[in-house]
Formats: sequence, structure tokens, C-alpha cells
Amino acid sequence: MSEFTVDGELLPFVPGQTLAAALVASGRVAWRVTRLGQRPRGVFCGIGVCFDCLVTIDGQGGQRACLVQARTGMAITTGEGDDD
Amino acid sequence: MTESGDFVVVGAGPAGMAAAATALDGGLRVVLVDSGAALGGQFWRHPPRQARQAIPTADLHHGLREYRALCATLSAHARTGRLTLLLNHHVWSAVREGEGFAVHAVDRSRAPEETPVVLRAPALLVATGAYDRQLPFPGWDLPGVLTIGGLQALLKGGGVAAGRRVVLGGTGPFLLPVAAALAARGAEVAAVCEAAAPSAWLRHPVPLLRNPAKWAEGARYAGTLARHRVPVRTRTAIVGAEGDGRVAVVRVASLDADGTPLPGTERRIEADTVGVGWGFAPQLDLLVPLGCTLADAGDGTMAAAVDDGQRTDVPGLYAAGETCGVGGAALAVNEGAIAAVSVLTDLRASGLPNVRRLAAKRAAVARHRVFARAMAQAHPLPPAWSAWLTDDTLVCRCEEVTAGAVRAAHADGPASDHRQVKQLTRAGMGWCQGRMCGPAVHCLVARDQPYASAERLIATPITLGGLAGLDESTTDHT
Repeated sequence: MSEFTVDGELLPFVPGQTLAAALVASGRVAWRVTRLGQRPRGVFCGIGVCFDCLVTIDGQGGQRACLVQARTGMAITTGEGDDD
Repeated sequence: MTESGDFVVVGAGPAGMAAAATALDGGLRVVLVDSGAALGGQFWRHPPRQARQAIPTADLHHGLREYRALCATLSAHARTGRLTLLLNHHVWSAVREGEGFAVHAVDRSRAPEETPVVLRAPALLVATGAYDRQLPFPGWDLPGVLTIGGLQALLKGGGVAAGRRVVLGGTGPFLLPVAAALAARGAEVAAVCEAAAPSAWLRHPVPLLRNPAKWAEGARYAGTLARHRVPVRTRTAIVGAEGDGRVAVVRVASLDADGTPLPGTERRIEADTVGVGWGFAPQLDLLVPLGCTLADAGDGTMAAAVDDGQRTDVPGLYAAGETCGVGGAALAVNEGAIAAVSVLTDLRASGLPNVRRLAAKRAAVARHRVFARAMAQAHPLPPAWSAWLTDDTLVCRCEEVTAGAVRAAHADGPASDHRQVKQLTRAGMGWCQGRMCGPAVHCLVARDQPYASAERLIATPITLGGLAGLDESTTDHT
């Protein structure tokens, strides 16, 4: 079983999917908020241009979920810090 | 790490694949680099090779025979060692170095780890494609609103339909394959809203008649959409999205000839997902800092200016595919092959393809370019699109700058282009560096000029650690 964690919760994925594809497949549409208006953001362009889908991977912030292949054991954290 | 070759190709989509294959067949040593996990770029986006059985996507593609042939050619050359294929590598800068180029990239195959790599060659092709052009509307930043390219990328790359009930809007033929792909994967496509009038094509009969394959492709999509009972509404646009924390409803309206919503025609359609796209903007990040001259592409954007051999005006620098103007995969493949022939000629390599095949490719390029021009004229941005905006509609998603702020900078201030708007309002100063809002901001303040993307010295974010590793990476290990 291939799984990574999102804010501590296990999330299954199909090997070969990006983090964004796995997040969307799980029904999530938003996983951070903007720093000024606290507006929710998820995936918009899906190809690495828009930076809406930022997550923190294993403590490294500012990662585009649509470009990173999911790997078993990755720890994804989401929230406000990714817009800083 | 350093990789050297005769020819560096950035972008492994249709143009880059064809260029690399032609150059390799002609005897050159090629470095082909792409940020994706598989060959194909956006048009032929695929899951990584080892995931193809778990994520079947072949039925969503067109021209797969050509894709597979190019893959086979590239694989054969990779086995002989003359092709260095670098997937999951993000190029952040390309600079002149002596008589050739140094292309700086980071290997992100183990992201978030980054390993810096430098690629060196006397000849460089930038085949970085394009991305969806967006026009803002109230609610376009709600989660569940995606670009149509994003919807397609999730389908082709991950086998994921982003929603259960989808409305698509914008203009151009790309709406149709995305609608068909969503329907094929079980999503209900509640409406496809095409802003243009179908009669626009009747003003361009010659390009259509000379490209029967495009007719056939369009007819196939029409068949798929009819089978799934997908309503296609022309002269219609999505003028608003509403929802609490995510999109729940879109407002669509019929349009006047100039794009003004017609009073009394607005309808509300329930949707959990929305896809929008207004053609494409060429991805010129690597070309502009190298001094490549741009030219009006005829669709409201500027693209790389090239001669009939795909040479830019910078010696040794070539461009092919959507970087030279948006025209589709068939055009890109032919341009890529022609660019490689120019490289073979300019480097005085031995293996030039025969003259007749080259003439056929040039004829195909001319035909596809005429078609692309006609398509751009048939699917323009509606002149009055900004009538959909309210003053508090976000235009810049990253810095949360409103239409009101952009308009004020233009009306009350000196801002006459998107760079000046950026200085006054911060629109374009955020994470995406104006890639998303740039075309729209430009239209709000300088509608009569084609959009030229801003110069960006760093094409993708890079860590200070990656920059610090540059000194080590310039030591040759090959």
C-alpha cells in the first residue's frame, strides 16, 4: 500500500501520481490559505506555473504539489506558512 | 554535476522530442531536459513509465503513434549513450558562455531535495511550450476552479477527474478534448461555454479546407460530447463563480458581439468543478534574458521571432513549438525537426535528412501556421471581457490585488503596461511572478498591444543551497 501523510493523516496514492493528483483524488480542493485574505487555495494550473498548490514536504516549504511525485512515507504539512 | 553535448534541448514535449530525435539521427550528442516525470510535455503528458499500467491514459491521447515512435528513437539513442535524458530537472537559467551556452538546472527527482546540474553545448533549443491564458472573473480564485490545462494534466498524468459535475468555459478548440476526457472518465460535463461564435470559422474557409485532419479531430470530439450529452453553448461565458470555501455554482451569460454579457441571459449552473482557459501564453522565461527578439504571434501574445530554420536572432539559440507562437502539437513536431536540421547545418554535422523530407516539413509548418492564425482570429479574447469584473474581483491571485486597484493605477496613475502596474499595485510580484495575471493585467491597461511576458532572470524558484552548490556543480565530472 502506497501512502503519505497529510498533516498526520495517512493518504493512499497510486505510484506515479503527483501529490496534487493524490490530494484531489481524495476529495480535497484546498490545502492552504493566502497570507493577506486567508483565502483558500488548492490546485489551479496543475502544471507548475501558478504556485497555488504549495505544500511543505518533510519540513521544506514552498513546494508545488502538482510537480512532485508522491513517495511512500512523505510527510506533507499544509496551512498558512506556505505563502510566506 | 556537468553534462556536455553538441545540443541542449529544454522541454521534452512534441517540439523538443522531435528536435532531439532528428539531431541524434544526424549524429549529434544531445542533452534533453524536462521538469516532468515522463517524456511528452503537456500535450503527451504521461504518468512515469513504471506507472503506465496502474494509470492507463492511452485513450485520452491523440497522435500516440508519433509519440511512441519518438520515444523508441530516443530510447535507442539513450542506450548508445549519445542521448542524455534528464527528467524531473527544472531549468532555472540559461546563459551565454563563450561560444555556447550554460544551462543551469536542479534535479528534483527526490524533491524536496535539489541537486544542481549544469548543461553545456554550443547549440541550445528552447522548446518550453505554453500555459493556459486566463481572464479573471468574480470567484475565479475559489477552490474547484482550475485551468482547463490543469484538469487535463490531472487526467493524463494521474488518471484523476478533478470533479463530478464540471462546467468549462473560455475560448478555443482545447475546450473540446478536455470536455471529452472528463466525460470519458465519468464526470458529468454540465456545459461547455465557448465565447466565440461558430460563424467566425466561416470567415477562414481556406485554412480549414487545407487541414482536413483538424476537421476529423473536431468531429471525433463532437461525437464524444454528443454521446455523453454534453451541451456546448457558443457566444457564452462563465461570468462568475460562487461558493463557500469552494465553487458550488457558476453564472453563465450569453455574449454580445464584443463580449458584453446580454442582459436577461444569465443562468446559474451547479458545479463542483470549473475549468477555464482563453488560449495560451508562450513560456519565454529562458529566451527573454538571452536577448531573443520577440514578434507578434497574432493571438494577443508575443512569441520568439525565428527564421524559417527556427533560429532566433541570438547565434546558436533556436526555438520551436509554442515558444514561437501557439499552433498545436503537429506544428510543434515539424518545427522541432526543422530546428534540429538547422543545428546540424550550423554545426556542420554530417547527417542531414534528405531534401524532399525537409521540404515536406517546411510545407507542413506553413500550413499549420496559417491554421493557427485563423484559429486565433476565430477565438479572440472578447474585447469587453472586463465588463464581468467587479472592483473587488481579484486579478492577481498571489498578491490578492483587485481589479479596482489595477484600474486605479491605470486611470489615476502613469501605469501603461503590466510592469508599471506591478510597481504600483504588487500585481505580478508574488509566487508566480505575473505568469498567471500578466496577460489579464496587460489587457486591462494596454489592450491594443500584444502581451510580452516580463523578463525573469530566474525561471523557477531555487534554494540558496542550490545556488551555493553552483561552484561545485561547475566542476566537470563527465
